[in-house]
Amino acid sequence: MRPQLKPIETFRDDFTYANSPEAVARFPFPFPEDEYRYSVNIEMATPGAPGSVFEHWFDVDEHYLGEVEERRIVLEEDPGRCRVLPHMIAAEWDTLEMLMTHFAQDYPHLFALQRDGERWTWENKALGIRDTFTFGDASTLSYGPFEYITRQTQGDFNVLDQREGDLFMDGGMITCPADWSLSFDLGMSFKQWHGPVPMAHELGVFDRALKYLLNLQVDRPVRRLNWTITMHPRMDTSPETYHRWGADRTKLTEDNAGELVHLRVELQLLARLPRSHGMLFGIRTYLISLQDLTTNPAWARRLHGVLSTLPPPIVEYKGLSRTRGPILAWLEATGLTAAV
Amino acid sequence: MKFPQTLSVRVARVEAVTPVIKRFTLVPAASEVLPGFSAGSHVLVHMPDGARTYRNAYSLLSAPGERGAYQIAVRRQERSRGGSVYMHERVSAGDVLQINPPANLFSLDRLAARHVLVAGGIGITPFMSYLKELAGQSVPYELHYAYRARTHAAFRDELAAQLGERLHEYDAAAGERLNPRALLAAQPLGTHVYVCGPESLIEAVADGARGLGWPESHVHYEQFAAPQPGRPFRVSCARSEREVEVSGEMSLLDALEAAGVEVPSMCRGGVCGQCETDLLEGEAERRDSYLPAALRSRKIMPCVSRANCERLVLDL
Repeated sequence: MRPQLKPIETFRDDFTYANSPEAVARFPFPFPEDEYRYSVNIEMATPGAPGSVFEHWFDVDEHYLGEVEERRIVLEEDPGRCRVLPHMIAAEWDTLEMLMTHFAQDYPHLFALQRDGERWTWENKALGIRDTFTFGDASTLSYGPFEYITRQTQGDFNVLDQREGDLFMDGGMITCPADWSLSFDLGMSFKQWHGPVPMAHELGVFDRALKYLLNLQVDRPVRRLNWTITMHPRMDTSPETYHRWGADRTKLTEDNAGELVHLRVELQLLARLPRSHGMLFGIRTYLISLQDLTTNPAWARRLHGVLSTLPPPIVEYKGLSRTRGPILAWLEATGLTAAV
Repeated sequence: MKFPQTLSVRVARVEAVTPVIKRFTLVPAASEVLPGFSAGSHVLVHMPDGARTYRNAYSLLSAPGERGAYQIAVRRQERSRGGSVYMHERVSAGDVLQINPPANLFSLDRLAARHVLVAGGIGITPFMSYLKELAGQSVPYELHYAYRARTHAAFRDELAAQLGERLHEYDAAAGERLNPRALLAAQPLGTHVYVCGPESLIEAVADGARGLGWPESHVHYEQFAAPQPGRPFRVSCARSEREVEVSGEMSLLDALEAAGVEVPSMCRGGVCGQCETDLLEGEAERRDSYLPAALRSRKIMPCVSRANCERLVLDL
């Protein structure tokens, strides 16, 4: 697919972000059934249907320019949103190579990569960038290799170190988190950073997931979808900026839910970094307003079903205690409800 | 859709490295490049031989990041189950082989302040890629290489040229012995030790480190328990209702695969955990280094473990 890039949209203040009908049609709706059911839902990230968000490892869509600009704004105010520990330098280069290679191969009208030994030339036509640098020599780039490439990418990323039979969050570019902080999680082990997740620890979910991920092979990535609800199409819902967005939830009513409420879906990709034996964790965030979501009645009914059957600890964990009632009321008013 | 399970590679070159070790250079047969890999990675080579297939894991010798070719070294095992003899006698330049993509159960720890590599004999192989990776880093490292005689020391001249004073040799034929405890006692805090070789060497290093109070996280070993022969036994597969005879020379996993019972596997050396199977009846003779004690009565790793009784019942 050749995505038509929209001009820069905003994810704050006047919120000009909006999905085209094509973007709505390809939205990664996350619920496989009408009731909430806990599942790890990890699957092999094999290439999906042409045009779908699963077609390529790293999806580029119409919101590219706006999301890259939003990242720039966040980093300007808080450079600590991108941090990588020094021992992850090999993983940084792995990430740069993986992203550049896939972008150039999957979106040749937007990106190009020329490799002449260690002398590489990267061209980003969308952003008007053309840089020649030496692979492996960070002094030839304007930022560290990880920051350099993730500044030109939609979605957040972590680089994970694998050691001692565990994974450690030893780096990241986190400017659009669903209420978690890289500064807080940096250096944590797999179970430590999943500490706040309710119910799953008792089910042994993280033991099994970790065992599975430790054996992840090169060129055999896996993916899963995660979701929550966000007021406004706001990408940066981080604890660091809670004072800006926390109160939005109090403005929600049954009447404005259609425009204010957004289903926030993360397409998470885990890929082995070949040379460092680290792992790249991509968190590509998609936002859709309740109103747009309702243009697909099956989705609206299913969202209603899932929200009505959410266990209380999950409601609390996802920060939905205050918002779930008005959302259900709004969906019921449209008549699109699930027969649960 | 699923990912393909194996990669096709063509044998570009076979060279004798010592009287009993051959080096194979493998180039892509069906693609332009091979998957990238990290220092310490291995590939599983499939060797179809009539009704059965040998599958042996071999460390990659080439530089991490090299995608044009892989290199492996195979030592002809006197008590081979067949794999190494197959590689030595039946594989030559031009042949096409199937391999599993690289996996790594013996990776470098990037937090180490210093790396000490200890190799015994053919255990040198994983360090060939390590040393290429370490050469580009600022962390100090050294290799301790013990072998039975100079003529059997694979890659010795190449290593001497590359490493200079970083290479420490122990030639048994000349009466030289490696003393693991003394070596470890002389290391500064923050050192990580990596050992690959015969079980006795691995144990000596692991015991030495433990005795000196080293944290487990700083001691790394690659212990592919190549499946050892044992007594024959019988297996009942409860779900597929199949009965499989396991001969003394065959591993349980090989026997199951030969009978058409699919079991996911990766290292085939009792390390990675992929082939973990529920044990419904019978007592296992445990030979893996994967299963925690609490699970040993209910689980079995069929790649290396066998039966302590006449018959096992597995949930397959």
